[in-house]
Order: sequence, then structure tokens, then C-alpha cells
Amino acid sequence: MSILLDISNIDMVFPTPTGGFTALKNVNLKIKKGEFVSLIGHSGCGKSTVLNVVAGLYQATKGGIILSGKEVTEPGPERAVVFQNHSLLPWLTAYQNVELAVEQVFGKTMSKPEKKEWIEHNLKLVHMDHAMNKRPNEISGGMKQRVGIARALAMQPEVLLMDEPFGALDALTRAHMQDSLMEIQNELNNTVIMITHDVDEAVLLSDKIVMMTNGPSATIGEILNVELERPRDRLSLSKDMHYNRLRSEVLTFLYEKQRKVETIRNKTIPATNEPKTA
Amino acid sequence: MTTISLSNKLTLSPTLMSNLQGLFKSACQIVILPLLGIMIFLLLWSIAAKNIHTSLGDFPGPTAVYQQFHSLYDEHTAERIKADKFYDRQHIRNDKRLAADPSYQVKIRNYTGKETFLDQIVTSLITVTSGFLLAAIIAIPLGIAMGLSKNLNSAVNPIIQIFKPVSPLAWLPLVTMVVSALYVSDDPLVSKSFVNSLLTVTLCSLWPMVINTSIGVSSLDQDLKNVSRVLRLPLFTHIRKIVLPASVPMIFTGMRLSFGVAWMVLIAAEMLAQNPGLGKFVWDEFQNGSSDSLARIMAAVIVIGFIGFVLDRGMLQLQRMASWDKSSTTV
Repeated sequence: MSILLDISNIDMVFPTPTGGFTALKNVNLKIKKGEFVSLIGHSGCGKSTVLNVVAGLYQATKGGIILSGKEVTEPGPERAVVFQNHSLLPWLTAYQNVELAVEQVFGKTMSKPEKKEWIEHNLKLVHMDHAMNKRPNEISGGMKQRVGIARALAMQPEVLLMDEPFGALDALTRAHMQDSLMEIQNELNNTVIMITHDVDEAVLLSDKIVMMTNGPSATIGEILNVELERPRDRLSLSKDMHYNRLRSEVLTFLYEKQRKVETIRNKTIPATNEPKTA
Repeated sequence: MTTISLSNKLTLSPTLMSNLQGLFKSACQIVILPLLGIMIFLLLWSIAAKNIHTSLGDFPGPTAVYQQFHSLYDEHTAERIKADKFYDRQHIRNDKRLAADPSYQVKIRNYTGKETFLDQIVTSLITVTSGFLLAAIIAIPLGIAMGLSKNLNSAVNPIIQIFKPVSPLAWLPLVTMVVSALYVSDDPLVSKSFVNSLLTVTLCSLWPMVINTSIGVSSLDQDLKNVSRVLRLPLFTHIRKIVLPASVPMIFTGMRLSFGVAWMVLIAAEMLAQNPGLGKFVWDEFQNGSSDSLARIMAAVIVIGFIGFVLDRGMLQLQRMASWDKSSTTV
């Protein structure tokens, strides 16, 4: 399949009072249409920065992003973002939150009943049609995240960007949400970039796991192809040899090759590859 | 019989006991304690009043003030009857002249009797509301613009910080002179004194609203801003759908503060500039210097306080209705 998204030679330098802080150095990644890509790495390694550059919320200092042959210069609904803390507008109901996105993206091309149907369809997809008229403070964290996903899906993005979408949820809800996401992915076959620091989540959901080195000047360390049959089932996979080998590869990368030196045991040992200012 | 059964119930059912205790406790806090506070205040007031001797007689105690409330109301009804009679007489006279001479152009002359206490209250309320509304019309858009643009904020903020602490009394002479120079019309829609008070109120109640609105807008959550950017919302949709609803709680807090300031400023402005209203009433009574004057001023003080309280509660109620964030509207 053809390359949909091309991240080429991205450098990201943030200005600080003591000079520039290089967060990303020479990040290269090509993503095919319909691919589910996870970005994994220790916190502070610049995963979110990569996502924000792709979203257009940050401008890369060097290099650029090409999406379906066009350069990305600003944010847009064709690169919908699911934010870590849902970012729903608290004064709008679930329906109205999705409606805001649909009005903006399809305001001119869809008729009123079509829009209504499309909003309801997307809420149904994330199993939130029963609470359409509830406001964010009336629903649980998992439900808020579902609405956030529905809002992003309703924009019909070319790439769906997810910034630790389930990071703030408890383990059981997270597992439930992952299953939901696989189910949706089965149906829509979206191109997805997801940030995570959960190894199981990465292996379970992805076609490709992109492992990032520690910052500063973080870059892509290794890329792991996950060739597991779909649909995937977490229970049977837990006994699967191939699954466990992939899982241990990611673990090895994170805890041996890119070990955070900032552990409790050797706190006093000066860090060699540790960011000083970040 | 009933007392026995009641006491039986009380000893038998501990839940009923605790319920009654809870009821008593809340009744205590809502009704009994405030009443007790007012009683003690009235007592201290009347004791103090007896011991203060002024050149206008003893300082008025609660009873004297209570009597003045009555006489102020009586004066109001008496004045209204006089006014009605005046209009009746005028009507009869006009009818007569019209009967004698059909080509006579009927002229209705307004009654020019003195304004009563109630009239002054109404005047003050109209003035404070108009001044406040004018301030809101200027302050809220300015605050939004300042909240959206850091540059504009840096440019305007020093001016606001300097004008904010200025007393209304300092503005008043300037406002008076400017209004009499610029507001020249043969058939003025509203009187000059009204414009003076209104502008003074506006100038003083502008600042809390500007500051609170700009803080509310500038503290908009970065994630919500990102949502807006991803959706590529045009500027006005962004303001209407994201910025305004998000800052409504802060805007209303500013409006409430401003309304309080406006009411205080108005009384001072009316006193100094002899603009009709409660302030003028107080000043007139002070100049009048009768033995009732102090009691009448005290009555006005209580009314001013009570109206200020009611206005604040009204704004709070409005804030509750308009705000999505119910936790931001505690008293």
C-alpha cells in the first residue's frame, strides 16, 4: 500500500531562557494507509511532541510532514486528535460536542437530518448513544473518552491521532476501551497514530510499534512489526508465543536499552543520557 | 395526653430524636441566630443613640428611624394625591378653555412638586442600572479582546491599573464639565444630571468587569484551544462557542463586583453633584437640619444597604442561571 503520511527529518527545538532545548532530533517515519502505529517510550521522551507536530499544533524546527502529498502547516480536522484528558467542552452535552465538530467539517455538505444521523451513528459506534444528552460532568472518565473518540471519528480524519487516550483510565476500563477501539478499527480501518506507555496496549492494538529513545534529542530507536492475526483476542493472545516474544522485545528496549537511569536505587549516580532541563 | 405521647416517641425513637435535633440545628442557623444578631445590634444601637448628643438633637435610635419610615411613606402618598389633584385641575381647566375656544392647543404641564423618598429610590435604581449596562457593553468586549491578545493586554493593562483605584469624586468634576460642554441640546432626552451620574458610575464600574473578563478569557484551557485549532474554528465561532461559555463564570463574577461598586459610587456621585437620587436625599436632609433629619438619613442608609444586598443577590441568581459551572457560583 502507498505511503499516506511521511514524517521526514523532524527536529524540534524549544526555546528556553538558557538556550534551545532539542526535544526531537531527526525523526523519520512513513505510515501506510490503514496502518495502526503506536509510539512508545518513557515519559518525557517526546512522543507527544511528535504527535503535536503531526497534528500541526507545533511547528517543527527542521523537516516536515507530508500527508497525502500535501505539506502539513497548521492543525486541521483531517488529522483529528483524541486528547489524553478528553477535552470535551463541559457546557455541551455529548451530542453537542460531536455536533460542534460535524457542523465545522460537514456544515456545508450535509443536510440537517444527515448531520443528525451522522452524529448519532458515531456515538453509537462508541456505545454512547444511551447518554447522548448528558454533559461531561455527568458521565464517567471512560465514557468521556468514548465521546472524545466519537468526536474525532465524526470528522472522518485521514489520520486519527491519539495522545495516550486511555492513560487516565483504570485498568479494567482501559481493557474495555481497547476492545472497543479494535472493534471500531475492524469496521473503519482508519490510519491511527497512538501514543502509549502501556506495552500490552501497544502490542495488542498495533500493526507497528515505534519505540523512541530517551530525550533530549530523542529519536526513533527501533520499529517492531506486529504480524498478529486480526481480530485479536487478549485472552488467547496472552498464551500466544509470538505475542509474548513481541511483548518481551518492547520490554527489552524500554528497560534494558533505554533504561531510565532515574530509578530509586541509583539515584545518586549521575545520569548520562538524562535531560537536564526538561 | 399529647405531651405524654410526644415524650414517649422522643424517648422511643432515637432516629426521630436526631432528626429533630438536625431540624433544630438548621432552624437555629437559618432563623434564630440571624434574628438574635439583629436584636443585639438594635439593642446596642439604641443604647449608643441615647448617649450621643448632636447639634440636631439626640442620635436617632431604632424607634425614631422606624417612625421616619412611616412618615416618609406618608409624605409619598400625600405628594401623589397632590399631584393627582394638580392633574385633575389642569384637565378641568383645559376642558373649559377648549369648550370656550375650540382652536385652543391643549398644553399639559408636568407637576413640579418635590421628589419623595420613593421617587429618589426609583431614580437611583434607573441610574445605576443604566450606568452599569453601559459599562458592561464597553467592558466585556474589551475584556475578551484583551484576554485573546497578550499584546493588547500589555498595552491596555497599565491604563486600567492606574484608573481602577480612582475615586468617583475625582472623576465627577471632570464628567460634569465635559457633559455640560458636549451634551448640548434644546430638547434633551434625559437631564444633564442623569448623564453625569451615569457616566461617573460607568467610569468606576468598568474596571472590575474588564479585568475579570480578560482573566477568564486568557485562562482558557490549552486543550480546549487545541480542540478549536484542530477544528479550524473561525475567530467569531471560536469566541462564541468556546471562549464565551468558558469565561461566563468569570465574567459574571466581574459583573457582580462591578454592580456593587456602581451602587456605592452612585450614592457618592448624587450627593456631590446634586443629581436626583438617594444621595441627594441624604445631602438635602443634612442641609435641612431639622430634628428629624438624622433619623431620615439613617432610614436612607438602611434602604441603601438593603437595596445593595438585593441587587447582589439578583446578580448571583442571574449568574447561577447563566453559568454551566454550578460550583463557581457559591456565595
